[in-house]
Amino acid sequence: MKQFTAVMWVIAAIVAIWYIACIPMNIDSALNAAERAGEEVDPPTAKERLLEYDIILVWDNSFAIPETWEQDRPRLPAPHDVVLELWDSTVNKKITSKRSLVYHGWVTLSATILGFAIGTGLGILLAVGIVHSKVMDLSVMPWAIVSQTIPIIALAPMIIVVLYSIGVQGLIPKAIISAYLSFFPVVVGMVKGLRSPDAMQLDLLRTYNASRSQGFWKLRLPASMPYLFTSLKIGIAASLVGAIVGELPTGAVAGLGARLLAGSYYGQTVQIWSALFGAAILAACLVGLLGLIERTVLKRMGMAQ
Amino acid sequence: MIPILGAIAVWLLGWWLNNRLASGPYADTRMVRFLAPLIFGLTVIGIWELVVHGLEVPLVILPAPSVIWDRFWDSLPILWADFVQTIIKGALSGYIIGCGSAFLMAIAVDRWDFLRLGLLPVGNFVAALPIVGTAPILVMWFGFDWHSKAAVVVVMVFFPMLVNTVAGLREATAMQRDLMETYAASYWQSFLKLRLPAAMPFIFNGLKISTTLALIGAIVAEFFGSPTLGMGFRISTSVGQLSLDMVWAEIVVAALAGTAFYGLVAMIEKAVTFWHPSQRG
Repeated sequence: MKQFTAVMWVIAAIVAIWYIACIPMNIDSALNAAERAGEEVDPPTAKERLLEYDIILVWDNSFAIPETWEQDRPRLPAPHDVVLELWDSTVNKKITSKRSLVYHGWVTLSATILGFAIGTGLGILLAVGIVHSKVMDLSVMPWAIVSQTIPIIALAPMIIVVLYSIGVQGLIPKAIISAYLSFFPVVVGMVKGLRSPDAMQLDLLRTYNASRSQGFWKLRLPASMPYLFTSLKIGIAASLVGAIVGELPTGAVAGLGARLLAGSYYGQTVQIWSALFGAAILAACLVGLLGLIERTVLKRMGMAQ
Repeated sequence: MIPILGAIAVWLLGWWLNNRLASGPYADTRMVRFLAPLIFGLTVIGIWELVVHGLEVPLVILPAPSVIWDRFWDSLPILWADFVQTIIKGALSGYIIGCGSAFLMAIAVDRWDFLRLGLLPVGNFVAALPIVGTAPILVMWFGFDWHSKAAVVVVMVFFPMLVNTVAGLREATAMQRDLMETYAASYWQSFLKLRLPAAMPFIFNGLKISTTLALIGAIVAEFFGSPTLGMGFRISTSVGQLSLDMVWAEIVVAALAGTAFYGLVAMIEKAVTFWHPSQRG
């Protein structure tokens, strides 16, 4: 309960700072609008105002402060504008409409899920290979670790264009980017997990005369679950980033990344912010869902802390 | 046909070599731990080269390693200018500002329980979000030059660094804190002599995670607008011109920069946290 109030206070503080930040950020356009409406503004022309600090403009024209929260194309949209746009583009639009955020979110989500499934599957397979084969451990594992330090997302535009040139487009290229972004965290986490049983436990199974596969199914795999879920949570967040970045070079057709790009081309700041919040909500839901599965699975397995 | 057979031969050779190394008597020596991944990497490059020649894969789909190598050396001045613009100006300055401010914030969060209770869940939450999406907004605010890239990097590294540092500052045990108290140590004395050193492994963990995030942020932010310079810019325009050898050359630079950056932080970590069990093993 104490924690809840503290979190609420922090969120309230963030929203308050946001509203205050809107004033100097948007004062220029608010004053331009006021000038056009024939009100007295100090200094009177837009050119002179550009030379002034925003804070001084606010100080001299305090009448315009409410206007800064009501701009059409603000530099920083007020929180309620973003919430309204989110509401408007999710609930008030038909899901099939090109202007619906649900539609764009679904485009991104499907690529994310597909890529995540491929990346996780391959990652687990490679991890099993690494744990059971010394050759693979020695030769592949260092590369999997090094790949964590490389911004492999830089490959994204190339993958999109190359696949486009051989006729593959739409969902698959984005899913491939998502897959390789989630692949390496899963490999590294899963190897750690499959190696987590200690010598005592492995010896116990040996005294039972357990075969290698029994050792895998009954000890290594169950023991790896907490590690797997930790890396799955990292992996799904990475997958979502991959799907969003994968949408950038296609020239903005559909998806949250396309909304971001179109918004930045046309100066639709509210649209950018609502797409950003849409992506954030999506990420939070995905990570939260995995957390929920994690808790249920670990509880059923008797591993919950 | 011959290159394809060659590729198969290279694969068999690499596999045989590594198998010998892994099952041989020196399998756990440092030498083999270094050689085996090297052989694997060379095998992959060899197969890549031979398959591209054998199947006559067009340049616009996959250039051969030798072509990338030539392009890399031919356009060294361009690559260097892009490196300076993206890595030094964008990523590095953002990394320093972001990690520094997160560190200061973490001290404040650690000092006041209320902030820790309230800010830490928010920080944990934000660290999982696709923050790279703020790039178009920050590019709009700070212009096309490196300032906006640094801003994206600041936002990206801030929360992972904050969460790690706060976790680290709580690492000292109650017994150790009590000992400091019996010495009548002030808050800052116990902070500098006990809790900060104890937090170092966590802080370096945050710093290491942030190196990759910094490069990602700086490169992706350039997709939303940049001067005619920079790695992200070069990648997106070269992809448009279908000169994939240039794209691969940039990726080589990104990979080298990423590993070097990470390696540098890891080296500093080794020097600073020499006392930690993970560094003595």
